[in-house]
Amino acid sequence: MIEIKDIHKSFGDNNVLQGISGKFESGITNLIIGGSGSGKTTLLKCMIGLHHPEKGTVEYDGREFTTMTFQERIEIRKEIGMLFQGSALFDSMSVEENIMFPLNMFTEQSRSEKLDRVNFCLKRVNLEGKNKLNPAELSGGMKKRVGIARAIAMNPKYLFCDEPNSGLDPRTAIVIDELIKELTEEYNTTTIVVTHDMNSVMGIGDYILFLHEGKKFWEGSKEEIAHTDVAELNDFVFASRFMKAAKGKF
Amino acid sequence: MNFTNFGKYILLLKAVFKKPEKTKIYLKAIFQQMNFIGVGSLGLISIISTFIGAVMTLQIAFQMVSDFVPKTIIGSVNRDSSILELSPTISAIVLAGKIGSAISSEIGTMRVTEQIDALEIMGINTPGYLILPKIIAGITMVPMLVIVSMFLSITGGYLGGTLSGAVSAADYMLGITTDFNPYTITVSLVKAFVFGFIITSVPAYEGFYVKGGALEVAQASTRAVVVSCISILACDYIVTQLLL
Repeated sequence: MIEIKDIHKSFGDNNVLQGISGKFESGITNLIIGGSGSGKTTLLKCMIGLHHPEKGTVEYDGREFTTMTFQERIEIRKEIGMLFQGSALFDSMSVEENIMFPLNMFTEQSRSEKLDRVNFCLKRVNLEGKNKLNPAELSGGMKKRVGIARAIAMNPKYLFCDEPNSGLDPRTAIVIDELIKELTEEYNTTTIVVTHDMNSVMGIGDYILFLHEGKKFWEGSKEEIAHTDVAELNDFVFASRFMKAAKGKF
Repeated sequence: MNFTNFGKYILLLKAVFKKPEKTKIYLKAIFQQMNFIGVGSLGLISIISTFIGAVMTLQIAFQMVSDFVPKTIIGSVNRDSSILELSPTISAIVLAGKIGSAISSEIGTMRVTEQIDALEIMGINTPGYLILPKIIAGITMVPMLVIVSMFLSITGGYLGGTLSGAVSAADYMLGITTDFNPYTITVSLVKAFVFGFIITSVPAYEGFYVKGGALEVAQASTRAVVVSCISILACDYIVTQLLL
């Protein structure tokens, strides 16, 4: 479980996050949603330590992360898997080397053990036999899946996904969403997905935290989101004609 | 580099020289970088050094046209100029262009495509993992390249001088073996060591703090080469002043 309390972050005069709090349970898919510039990626980066919040705390199962030194954070970071918006695969390495990288860095496993783990992760994301391909040879959806395979290589307790289906066609986006949900339930990870994709929200949003202009405006589940009377959330969720037309059917 | 940048550069170097997470992986990266910096630049350095040596001989011969000056001086001047200044400095400036831009673009691209963030989230000391192997490769391979450059520059001088008839083979050989001071080699290698550090660390710094996209990576790459060249020339003066 990850708990954030009163997170504040600003860049110059721009107060990007203004007192965000929330609790993200394990075994369910937690979503942080909001429009562009609402602060969701900044919040994610504060949670994983890429940004330092001016105020507030982030706790990983009771372990206070924000006040830790780089060295102290390493133990928690070994428990974190992260899927980036652009996949962030290492260009100079093959698919196999990308997935094996964290194993090489932090385990004493033999080469065959590491290879077994790589093949298991690739099988889990339906990319068996793609070991020797380079990132440049992969499609957008395949890159995302390799990113997920790398993220789960170390059996993470916490899985973060930054807009996992941006730039993907709707079918591939659903495949990625379902994969994230399956992995979350299978390994009981604390999964946090940053997204503004409404298909993801309605498909996998077990717990949803809605940000607007750097503030938390709403939290709840996908079942509750369709019936909320928060104007800002309604404007966001039912922005498209399709969603407006579908509103009465939820 | 203003003072803020210099401070950030020093702090980055502090992070670079932290204890590696896994020595074996760092060693592999060091050998890869040695291959890239050393073997990958050998051809370029060889061609440049040979021609510089040849041209130097012709120019010295042109300027020393006097019956009172022995022809052997051509070899001596070429030898000392090559060892003390031309081989380390010209090699370093050429390498700043070739290697510096490559290092800056590589690290800069990793930054803008979030690959560095991915490493950091895994708990890896990114300055150490990305920059330390490059610096170690630079401070070991640049002196080796400079040694090759010295040899080829003097050989180029021999070829240029004898083929053009500017100096006889005997005079040239006598010149390069007369009054040789081995300390000049030490000075040259100290310079090469310092230049190797600059060529790798300055572009790495420029790339590491890139913000934006492709345009900013290109700008950082250009800035890396310019700052490296200026730093090389400034350090050249300082080391020469200190050691000679």
